[in-house]
Amino acid sequence: MSEVLLEVEELDVRFPGRGGVTHAVRSASFTLGRERLGIVGESGSGKSTTGRAILGLIPRPGQVSAKRLSFRGTDLMTLDHAGWLALRGRRISMVMQDPRYSLNPVVKVGEQILETYRLHHRTTVADARRRALAMLEAVRIRDPDLVYHLYPHQLSGGMGQRAMIAMMLIAEPDLLIADEPTSALDVTVQNQVLRILDDLVSKSGMGLIFISHNLTVVSSFCDRVLVMYGGRIVEEVRADMLREARHPYTRALVASAPAIDRPVAELATVIRDPEWLT
Amino acid sequence: MADMIALDRLSVTFMNRHQPFHAVSEVTFSVAEGETFGIVGESGSGKTTVLKAIAGLVAPTSGTISLAGRAVTAKRSREERKLLQYVFQDPYASLHPRHTVDEALLEPLYIQGIGGAAEKVADAIAAVGLQPQHRFRYPHQLSGGQRQRVALARALILRPPIVLLDEPTSALDVSIQAEILNLFARLRRAYSLTSILVSHDLAVVAHLCERIAVMQLGRVVELLGVEDLRRGAVQQDYSRELLAASQGFFRSPSA
Repeated sequence: MSEVLLEVEELDVRFPGRGGVTHAVRSASFTLGRERLGIVGESGSGKSTTGRAILGLIPRPGQVSAKRLSFRGTDLMTLDHAGWLALRGRRISMVMQDPRYSLNPVVKVGEQILETYRLHHRTTVADARRRALAMLEAVRIRDPDLVYHLYPHQLSGGMGQRAMIAMMLIAEPDLLIADEPTSALDVTVQNQVLRILDDLVSKSGMGLIFISHNLTVVSSFCDRVLVMYGGRIVEEVRADMLREARHPYTRALVASAPAIDRPVAELATVIRDPEWLT
Repeated sequence: MADMIALDRLSVTFMNRHQPFHAVSEVTFSVAEGETFGIVGESGSGKTTVLKAIAGLVAPTSGTISLAGRAVTAKRSREERKLLQYVFQDPYASLHPRHTVDEALLEPLYIQGIGGAAEKVADAIAAVGLQPQHRFRYPHQLSGGQRQRVALARALILRPPIVLLDEPTSALDVSIQAEILNLFARLRRAYSLTSILVSHDLAVVAHLCERIAVMQLGRVVELLGVEDLRRGAVQQDYSRELLAASQGFFRSPSA
């Protein structure tokens, strides 16, 4: 790991509610360089909340606290509104799970991509349009001129997700947080999207946080993996070593997935130990 | 063993702005009594439409469907409706949000006019591994896994010989998926069920099924035995692609 992009130390996220405080992220610490970092865990384990906290997207009344939360030396805990505007989208951006809910349904795809670029770069409309088309081509959309003028509902899931990735990457961020970017896609399309992300990380040296519940994808795609359980990072492991993980939760999670080449009579289930939360 | 479900050249065509759309074309397969048959394919391949046609929810354009040896149409008699039940993909959408578990399970018994309902509901709740106190909860008070257990209980409470499962675990975490798949494996033995499992996840289908149909663009491109699938002995390019994709991401050699 050459250069540290992001440092997170003892990140806590709490949501006060009628039934008491929900402690969604508990004392999470990690650093990220120009690499592919995976975060896995079940629903409710705090993986998406961690991603959102980094971008300052925790809605009120949620409370974020951290000993240290910094991006290339900028302290994110004390950043003001103008500071966030300069950072979000330009330096750090986020790809959401489902393009059907995250793209504006009444604006043409190309216009949305162009808008992102014009927000962050002073340039002419013609130049921004040229870049938007080039970006659509970079995410392997076969006919960028056609897709530019389509509305999100006219795209398939895979195309919509590629359009969203194009929108997030046109400002050339240093860090991309991808929250379940391939979960809504078919397996065959999933690999095409992963390949695009992979190229971008290796070519432009972008840092990537890849949030997913799919262990197969994470172990084959990422460099390092954080395993979260109940808001806590229970283990950090090299992605290709996920099958040899030490923590009982990680081991149980790996064992519970059926595999084509390893038939079993009964799948292993996760027997939860309250100790994991302490 | 007799065939519980037999499809002969089943086709379903929808009209979309006066353009015919062939959702299912000439699908032929049969499922023996007690077998769990798998269908895999990506979205839009017609796998759900096949299930809906078997359930009588869409009418076939041509071809025949036989259940328990008798040809059926989309219009089903009360007896024919008793033959099968359906478990849907999304447990958040398939349970009535303002009905308790108790009401959800009573409804099929009411409709079929079956007595001893209270006892049957209690038995069904126990059979799917839920606790008695879950009986008077609403769906929003249950987790995704618990809701899918309720959906299974509702499907099985009438003791149908056939259950159709449409992506029953794709909305669930792997750990919860394992619990539901184990539960279903136990129930299909206990109730000697004939079933069809539809999924986009080859590993899930290979875990439960002996024979698997690979669908693409409305057609069955290949019928596979599970052993062939495990060995990777598939004939069609599309099946190979699906198999490779399900093994995870791989970098192309040039990168």
